[in-house]
Amino acid sequence: MLFKILPKSELAGLFAALSENDIIGPVHKGDNRAGTPLFDFARVTDFDTLRLDFTSTVHSAKRFVLPYRETLSTFRITKDSWEKQVDFNIERPFVLFGLHACDINALNKLDKVLMGSVYPTPYYAAKRRNMFIIGIDCIPLSSCFCRSMGTDTALTGFDLFLTDLGERYFVEIRSAKAFQFLKGLSLSDPADSDHDLYLDKNTAMNAAFVAHVETSDLTKILDLEFESPVWKDWGARCLSCGTCANVCPTCYCYGVEETVALDLSSARKEKQLHSCNLVDFAEVAGGHNFRPESASRLKYRYYHKHRGFVEAFEESLCVGCGRCGRSCLAEINVPDVIASIRHEEMVSDR
Amino acid sequence: MGKEKTYLGVPVYRPRVAFFEFTSCEGCQLQILNREESLLDFLNLVEIVDFREAMTEGSDDYEIAFVEGCISRDDEVVRLQEIRQRAKVLVALGSCACFGGVNQLKNRFLDQGWVHRQVYGEYPIASLPVRSLADIVTVDVSIFGCPIKKEEVEKIVTNIALGKSIVHPKYPVCMECQANENICLFDLGEPCLGPVTRAGCDSWCPNNRAGCWGCRGPADDADPQRLKAIMVKHGFSLETIIDRLDCFGGFVRESARLRDELENVGQTGSVDPGGGI
Repeated sequence: MLFKILPKSELAGLFAALSENDIIGPVHKGDNRAGTPLFDFARVTDFDTLRLDFTSTVHSAKRFVLPYRETLSTFRITKDSWEKQVDFNIERPFVLFGLHACDINALNKLDKVLMGSVYPTPYYAAKRRNMFIIGIDCIPLSSCFCRSMGTDTALTGFDLFLTDLGERYFVEIRSAKAFQFLKGLSLSDPADSDHDLYLDKNTAMNAAFVAHVETSDLTKILDLEFESPVWKDWGARCLSCGTCANVCPTCYCYGVEETVALDLSSARKEKQLHSCNLVDFAEVAGGHNFRPESASRLKYRYYHKHRGFVEAFEESLCVGCGRCGRSCLAEINVPDVIASIRHEEMVSDR
Repeated sequence: MGKEKTYLGVPVYRPRVAFFEFTSCEGCQLQILNREESLLDFLNLVEIVDFREAMTEGSDDYEIAFVEGCISRDDEVVRLQEIRQRAKVLVALGSCACFGGVNQLKNRFLDQGWVHRQVYGEYPIASLPVRSLADIVTVDVSIFGCPIKKEEVEKIVTNIALGKSIVHPKYPVCMECQANENICLFDLGEPCLGPVTRAGCDSWCPNNRAGCWGCRGPADDADPQRLKAIMVKHGFSLETIIDRLDCFGGFVRESARLRDELENVGQTGSVDPGGGI
């Protein structure tokens, strides 16, 4: 591994060097009624608007690789025939400037589904393969539980990872590309004192975790508790609004719709992210709905994240970012749901 | 116009359509006329034979009737029934036609005589409690919204021309609002009916930082009782919630139930902390 020290004042230089690409980073979007700042990922053209001190973003950076709505193909309709055009909808490479470890791991998980299968998704791959990722360390919120999901550390899936040491960044370099971009900046080797600061930062992060999800034997426990009455209780709370899926960095389910233009001369095939909590998720042709009750829909969402995906890939699809719980108006969150299934005390009961 | 439209070599049937209005602001019909850039394409797909807001001519020979407005007089009942008899397809256009709309707010007053005196004085107007079209005749297609979005009407008309089915989103506005990455109105301290209101508007109001008033009526599987509990927890009074649910008529049963609840708890003196309007 290649470790370097970069003075904070040099980071704007790195930003400028990368600015021929589309730079996406955390920005301050507004404050909530209590005055707490809310952050989200957005295209950044001015380095000063980049907020690397962000806590978490309301939404993940998912939409840059998996847009909520994306045109898959357009059709030019002639007198009695048609021509199809396909565009993977990427103009320039993306630089993700400031992803926490959970979000880097989320992209790694999406890769397994969308690029690792026999038929990779070209729309995703085209964006994902043209991506430069800069990670940044964080102090977890009380609702974060990435430690439980094993996603508090990013081992792969980034070009460089910054750890804020106050006046300078401890930089982990993982690609030759990253090294090239850093070459012109005043890099130095870390001193023993930097190692100490790095460890201190790590200790502070560890100490901040509050929420926890017990994952031992979870796939088996979920099998055993398939008929648990607890699912009905959570289902009764759920508004079936799909917010959890939209803020989730790893939810990728979608629907496809074809629309014909009003003048009948063109048509469009459009993909739209959907959510397994929405009432029509399991409705099939003919109108039968396999999951008409919110309880069964909510249950299957948890089974996909914490059971099905684990069986398939030996890891959870949940990265513990806590966004779904923070955004849920009904206050449904992963640590509480899993605790209730395991007959443990819920955080909200404490 | 005139030349027969084809789609992939197959002739497209151009239905004869008529537009009618009952008690309403006629704003939904105006929406149809508002998008001039697509108006000619719209007219190529349908033959409009009656549209008082847009043309002098009229005709009783039509297949699809787009009907705006709610029913608030006896003569309107008769006229609606006649339209129903003539039309193969009756489309309820906008919140007034679908749910009674803003007009049905008067229904919540127990003393309708008082309402009449306040609005019309001694002037003799035979105004009935407001009903939606479906309260009187069979409605085949509903187009929700106050006002409707013309894009949606265009899509529906295109689907009619091509024989495709007409489907509305069954999920609530939240789904579209979060896909637009809006800050949740509840985070901003605003009341919002997004979690229970049918989507399809692309979260028009929340995109502009205004909470949803439920003009498209309830989503499938909507749970207003659950939303009420959430709104109370966020500090909104029952009155605020009832006002929202009442506004367009899509949630009359729920607001009536909450009004009973309000009377039972005698909570009338509580302060509205919402400051939403």
